[in-house]
Amino acid sequence: MATETTGHAEAGHAAEGGLAFHPMDQFIVKPLFGDGAVHWYTPTNVTLWMAITVLVIGAILILGTRSRAVIPNRSQSIAELAYGFIYKMVEDIAGKDGVKYFPYIMSLFMFIVVANFLGLIPTAFTTTSHIAVTAVLALAVFISVTVIGFVKNGSAFLGLFWVSSAPLALRPVLAIIEVISYFVRPVSHSIRLAGNVMAGHAVIKVFAGFAAIAAIAPLSVLAVTALYGLEVLVAFIQAYVFTILTCVYLKDALHPSH
Amino acid sequence: MATETTTEVVGSCVGPTGSAIGLPQLCFDWFPNQIFWLLVTLVVIYFLLARIALPRISAVLAERQGTITNDIAAADDLKAQAQEAEAAYDKALADARAEAQKIAAETRAEIQAELDRSIAEADADIAAKTAESEAAISEIRKSALESVQIVARDTAREIVRALGAQTDEQAINAAVDDRLKG
Repeated sequence: MATETTGHAEAGHAAEGGLAFHPMDQFIVKPLFGDGAVHWYTPTNVTLWMAITVLVIGAILILGTRSRAVIPNRSQSIAELAYGFIYKMVEDIAGKDGVKYFPYIMSLFMFIVVANFLGLIPTAFTTTSHIAVTAVLALAVFISVTVIGFVKNGSAFLGLFWVSSAPLALRPVLAIIEVISYFVRPVSHSIRLAGNVMAGHAVIKVFAGFAAIAAIAPLSVLAVTALYGLEVLVAFIQAYVFTILTCVYLKDALHPSH
Repeated sequence: MATETTTEVVGSCVGPTGSAIGLPQLCFDWFPNQIFWLLVTLVVIYFLLARIALPRISAVLAERQGTITNDIAAADDLKAQAQEAEAAYDKALADARAEAQKIAAETRAEIQAELDRSIAEADADIAAKTAESEAAISEIRKSALESVQIVARDTAREIVRALGAQTDEQAINAAVDDRLKG
């Protein structure tokens, strides 16, 4: 689909003045200064929007709570709400011994949710739409959860793949399925987030492209508005899903027995 | 080397018109940059949260919980005090009521004693008067009887005389006395 769209875009350019769809251009990584190459250290729009993400998180969680009031004001309530939301999630799903990893999960959630919402600002660069970003997030979860599992339970962690409640004959088959599903986790974990965010943004861009035709412009604006609303939902839900799955994986690592 | 990479990057991911070739998400030339800045961002966020934000929020929440617990404890204290005061009040009320009943009973007993004494006195008085009166009555009755005797004797003598018989004083008296007794 992507290559097709690009093909259309190229054709549009060639025709000079026709419909020009560039739904993927919003995802291009550009250096902030000059037009040079993108090295690993180059400050790019990725850097800019991640820095803004950090600033927004700081504003919500640190600036908002600076009064340390027993009776919270509005901004402190937001910070406490976010804290309580994730804390309860970790406690409910991963259990009491999962609370130790709460700062890590809270960092993940805050980064994803803030980056998702920042990406919804028109002309913004959405860092979480890139598989490179979400794959690192998911791999970090996968690796740390696996390490925690082996450190906490030793070889008993392998019991996660040995479904003791199933009939003995089925267990080897189930073990293979369980192992495959375990290693697919980081893939689905990362693609779910990046895919949802990227698809939403690309579709909005495509509909926005149709606004160039006067006849269907109202419909296009309407569709963009509706999709934007949907994307606001998706921005939160995907952050929530990523976090809750992290908690589930953590629970598996802490209590591998079925 | 850098210049080589430049041309390669522009060539592989971004077309000459500045629009993306293929999925920008799959442009591996940008991966190191994204991963590097993501790691920086995550580390910064983690330290901001773990060192500043989360301890602060949890302290605030703990403080609030403490305040609420203290307030509830204080409220319980006050409630206990109120109950104590109520008990004391009830006790005082019961004491006062008992005292009042005691006083009333005492007073009643006093009055009763006084009354009994007065009634006894009056009874004695009445008894004396009655005795006196009975004495007088018996006196009167006695004198009346004597009068009747005399009248009867006289009448009897006169009747005997009128019949022409010998009046024997002695016999008449005995006859009259005999009749009066019967």
